[in-house]
Amino acid sequence: MRETTWNGEKPQNGSASPRGYLESKGVWAWVYTLDHKRIGVMYMYTTLFFFLAGGVFALLIRIKLLFPGQHIFTNQTYNVLFTMHGALMIFLFVIPAIPSGLGNFFIPLHIGARDVAFPRINLMSYWVFVAGIVVILFSLVRPMDTGWTFYTPYSARTAADVTTLSFGIFLIGMSSILTGLNFLVTIHKLRAPGMTWHRMPLFIWSMYATSIIQVLATPVVGITFLLLAMERVLGVGFFDPAKGGDPILFQHFFWFYSHPVVYVMILPAMGIISEIVPAFSRKPIFGYKAIAYSSMAIAVFGFFVWGHHMFVTGMSGTAVILFSLLTYSVAIPTAIKVFNWIATMYRGSITFESPMLYALTFIFLFVIGGLTGMYLGALGADIHVHDTYFIVAHFHYTMVGGTVMGLLAGLHYWFPKMTGRMLSEKMGRPAWLLIFIGFNVTFFTQFILGFEGMPRRYAEYPAQYQALNILSTVGSWILATGILIMFANFVRGLFRGALAPPNPWKALSLEWETGSPPATENFEEIPTVTDWPYGYAGRQT
Amino acid sequence: MSGQSTHHGPGAAGHEAHMDPATAREAATLGIWTFLATEVLLFGGLFTSYIIYRIKYPQIFYEGHLKLDHVLGAINTVVLIGSSLTVALGIAAIRKGKVGLLRLYLFLTLLLAGTFLGIKYVEYTEKFSHGLYPDTDIFFSLYFMLTGLHGLHVLAGMVLLGGVLFLAGRGRYSESYHTPVEISGLYWHFVDLVWIYLFPLLYLLG
Repeated sequence: MRETTWNGEKPQNGSASPRGYLESKGVWAWVYTLDHKRIGVMYMYTTLFFFLAGGVFALLIRIKLLFPGQHIFTNQTYNVLFTMHGALMIFLFVIPAIPSGLGNFFIPLHIGARDVAFPRINLMSYWVFVAGIVVILFSLVRPMDTGWTFYTPYSARTAADVTTLSFGIFLIGMSSILTGLNFLVTIHKLRAPGMTWHRMPLFIWSMYATSIIQVLATPVVGITFLLLAMERVLGVGFFDPAKGGDPILFQHFFWFYSHPVVYVMILPAMGIISEIVPAFSRKPIFGYKAIAYSSMAIAVFGFFVWGHHMFVTGMSGTAVILFSLLTYSVAIPTAIKVFNWIATMYRGSITFESPMLYALTFIFLFVIGGLTGMYLGALGADIHVHDTYFIVAHFHYTMVGGTVMGLLAGLHYWFPKMTGRMLSEKMGRPAWLLIFIGFNVTFFTQFILGFEGMPRRYAEYPAQYQALNILSTVGSWILATGILIMFANFVRGLFRGALAPPNPWKALSLEWETGSPPATENFEEIPTVTDWPYGYAGRQT
Repeated sequence: MSGQSTHHGPGAAGHEAHMDPATAREAATLGIWTFLATEVLLFGGLFTSYIIYRIKYPQIFYEGHLKLDHVLGAINTVVLIGSSLTVALGIAAIRKGKVGLLRLYLFLTLLLAGTFLGIKYVEYTEKFSHGLYPDTDIFFSLYFMLTGLHGLHVLAGMVLLGGVLFLAGRGRYSESYHTPVEISGLYWHFVDLVWIYLFPLLYLLG
């Protein structure tokens, strides 16, 4: 141990071993581990690696778009770049990062359990995930140029290796299903004595809703990619008009998964925000039940809105109006959460450490992302901005402004618990500021570009859009600088951070009762729960 | 699942039996039912395609079903329902602690499952010899995808039940502990159930 500013306070309910679950060393202690914390850490490293890889692709895309004509890369290379950016970010980072990474680590700790219900299936799901990654990397011999949505008929005909990639995505999906199944059973069966449903942390509610979506939606994308692969290998014709099939059916299947899965991305982030906002406002969460039930409502409604991705690809007028109406209805539970977070902060004693900065950023950016989603749910407006940069800006405000900010909030919040060391606020705050400014410069300009009519996915664009494109690219450099400083802070924290006390934020959920880092068995003895985890004492604290 | 955590690697210390047996059993049961729900949705994509294309092309479906061998299909239905029965009898046996009887019934189940796949092989060969392939038309696309995916599930079920049979031979199951037998049995009933839908949808409906 290099340094210690920590006064040696003992955890309430955990062994005093300073290295906790990180005690046993060596590769095999990780490869074979059944410890949900280690598996969560492995997921975290893997997904963050692809966050950086996908980020590099994004920077290359932005550099290409500095100039209107064909520059730097060929148009085919550009198609590969944006496909890789989208596919890696979605399938290998945004979907698994919070559930499989932070979820694995914190679900058992939050509910007072020693592990998930099926530790071996948990480990298997990680290695199936890795197998999926390996298969996807193999498919890059003939890299994707289809966009991350893999629409037929192009995906059935392109020379790119869609068949191998489909198999890879099938494996990633299988891993996601196993993780969701494990979490569902864990939350049902392994809650500590006294932890009733209404005493669960809201992060657990949101992970429960997330798991339901993972379990029920993912098999559909599995069969979809299987059929796509079979279309290429066996000549099965479900999506091929020449054989009587229908390419639109692919879109229905694809979005039946890929719309609900945006809630797999956002719900866990919302759960993290629901933990951080009360802890840093020193006030009980406002509207606990409303937030909990709104997670479930989002999970349910999320299954019935996929059609709004297809307003212009051919659907009956009635279907279009129904999907539009249902899309609007998802805004209600979402808004309920935002209002409750704000009400929680009202007259609280707010402090602005990095977790709270990211949490507030989440609320600010996600509101913009959510409200622009309403433009897209509106039939007339959607036709105007369909397939323009408006869409790109919208989903980056929800996916980066929402999910990634939630993830970063969670990482800063739980870093001391996971590693036993504190992050530097001196590095954390400037990194946050750069990320906040860089993100908005990059993507707000794209709302304007989209509204002015610049289409997405094209390698070239008319010269009139160049000024805003340059601005957006400069923004991406600011964003990248902020992220690099943040990662530098993580690395510094891992090796030189001050030792963390068991409960640096004086928060009330169960994970803070055990050591930082927690012992392998999590708790000295299984805690008995007598209250909800939000009993903060209000302003006087 | 959780009940069988005896041999695993060095990182596993401290994770033995983190649930009491009753909880472990409840967890495994909830787990398998959840898993079966995912399986329903996996097949759901194909059944949805079936409905859409059947409504769109009734003629192709009528002509297609005439080319299937109803007799072999019917025999296979009986074979598979029989195997569901033997699995159920096996579970009933181990509930009374009769390991020998469990092994006999599991063996019979595997035999019936093998018979099913054998008949399926004969059917496929005959279709190929008549030039009927997955790319022939929408009906045969559906026929081969549905029965193929189902066949893979039969195979997976055989591996699962084979494993249970092997472990039963090593005395792993008893009157008080037989959760893996029950959940593999549930999986097998699901595989059987899918076929009970496939047979009329593909072979009988004209």
